[in-house]
Amino acid sequence: MSDAGPLTIDGRTLGRWAFNGVAGGALVFVLLPLVFVTWLSFFQQEIPSFPPEGYSLKWFKAIWSNPKFVTGFVLSLQVAVFAMFAGLVLGVPAALCIARFRFPGREWLNSLLLLPLVVPGIVLGTSLYVFHVELQIVFDDVVILGSIAALIAGHILLVVPWCVRLVTASLAGFDRSVEEAALNLGATPTRAFFRVTLPIIRPGIVAAALFGFVVSFGNLEMTLFLVGAGRTTLPIAILQYLEWKIDPTIAAVSVLQISLIAAAMIVTDRFVKLSRVV
Amino acid sequence: MARLELSHLSKHFGPTVAVRDVTLDVGDGEFIVLLGPSGCGKTTTLRMIAGFVAPTTGRVRLGGREVTTLPPWQRNAGMVFQSYALFPHLTVAQNVAFGLEMRKLTPTDIRPRVTEALRMVRLAGYEERLPRELSGGQQQRVALARALAIHPDVLLLDEPLSNLDAKLRETVRVEIRELQRQLGITTVMVTHDQEEALIMADRLVVMSEGEVRQVGTQRELYERPADRFVAGFVGRSNILPGKVVQSGRFETDGGLALACAGGAPGPAVMAVRPERLVLGGPAAHLPNRFAGTVELVSYLGANIDVHVRVSPADRVVVSQPNRADVQLPEVGVGIEVGWPIEAGVLFAEDAARPGTD
Repeated sequence: MSDAGPLTIDGRTLGRWAFNGVAGGALVFVLLPLVFVTWLSFFQQEIPSFPPEGYSLKWFKAIWSNPKFVTGFVLSLQVAVFAMFAGLVLGVPAALCIARFRFPGREWLNSLLLLPLVVPGIVLGTSLYVFHVELQIVFDDVVILGSIAALIAGHILLVVPWCVRLVTASLAGFDRSVEEAALNLGATPTRAFFRVTLPIIRPGIVAAALFGFVVSFGNLEMTLFLVGAGRTTLPIAILQYLEWKIDPTIAAVSVLQISLIAAAMIVTDRFVKLSRVV
Repeated sequence: MARLELSHLSKHFGPTVAVRDVTLDVGDGEFIVLLGPSGCGKTTTLRMIAGFVAPTTGRVRLGGREVTTLPPWQRNAGMVFQSYALFPHLTVAQNVAFGLEMRKLTPTDIRPRVTEALRMVRLAGYEERLPRELSGGQQQRVALARALAIHPDVLLLDEPLSNLDAKLRETVRVEIRELQRQLGITTVMVTHDQEEALIMADRLVVMSEGEVRQVGTQRELYERPADRFVAGFVGRSNILPGKVVQSGRFETDGGLALACAGGAPGPAVMAVRPERLVLGGPAAHLPNRFAGTVELVSYLGANIDVHVRVSPADRVVVSQPNRADVQLPEVGVGIEVGWPIEAGVLFAEDAARPGTD
């Protein structure tokens, strides 16, 4: 990279090395667990030890023979998809209002909508659980506590902040005169919104959908409190399995989960450059 | 094509008055420029014509139709925005076709009109490009084509040239003017650039502080400015504050006694165009002449500006055409400066509105 000899290393070269070193270190720190989990999932022996005794795909096969992983995966997927769409329906109009209008309590509303991001999952889960218990006492003829609807409602809380944040971010640089141009050319406000505004903020919406999905799909702490008896999501199934066994099945499940999320990101990135919105 | 009539148009934003009682008749095919400094209400006036701002009082008629209360999408006004406001996700052809689609035209009717509009702005062959793939000048032309494609009753231009570099601006303003004349389309343009306004307009509307100061042709504004503001804003003027002592006698605050044409006694200012002042020998026979000292000489190419102090409080700029025989005076030398009586234009100072320049 540099042709400067050891005696002529100047401050800038040194600085660049230091920067690259720190950045590389951080990258390794982030990626190393993923690499190890993936490696581990192909180990032949049941108790992880190094070096591996051989390689096998049997742990991936083992996933399918464990019904908890399969039903957990399906439930996680259902909840995440529902929560994602509901989060968009609530979050996108909220973001539009916050970005577009000046009204009393606007800042307050904005903070409120972002709050689930900063409240620890355990706190969120406990308080929602207590809330559901109390609701159940008031409305004793409908099942609230432990219902799928209550679980999804909790997950919507996780999705909304991402929708609000990413969509307001994409509206921040929005030139309002583009909408005026549409009105000027004969579009009603509704048509202007669907033909002009929505397509322009679509990258933000797609990113919001993706992040909402990922956050919901991987959530453990809050879900522990809300999932009903006899039901498990994938993260809970993993946790429960870990209480009894540490064989590489867990690693295999994690690899599948990582692959799913990575695939979602890659597909999204083809439509929207993620680096531009996040 | 249509007439545009504004009558007693006003806009109040809370206690502030953005536009006050604007009445203007724009003839069919006329090019009108609203000229004024920022905050003078020219853009608000344009936006009231487009329908983006609801007037507090007054009416807008377009092509004989009352449009005051119509929303923007029901007025047939084509607007070119300062930022061009192209739809970034649509191609050039889709941008131009947008207004026609909103008018529910069939694709077979739309295509030839898009082609025609792009041909007019010399962008044939750019149909499939996205706005971000075009230069600023090309984007500006797409915006123009998009506004013209709907065959608007009036074309509204909101500082359309301000984002172009100086060289491009010179050619584009002539192009727009020629296109407008060919199409015979009624046009209202907003600008703060007086040169642009003088080049493009049939008639100019000079605005300041929400009010129309004067409406007229370039010549009328330049030679018979209605007030001190217009005299200072359209072209340059030497402004000499003082008072009319008696009809025909004006005394500056710096103590110069001047001959002037008429005038009622009282505080007033005299405005004199820099090119009407004469230096040195030729000034000898003029009734208004004074001995002064050269303080600054600016060589501007076609003209040379000579700043001469004629009293402790009065300094005048003399603009001389740069001819081979002109000798540049040196800074610090004494020189005579004078002007004919009719070159001085008097404005009585309005006590209610001091210092509106």
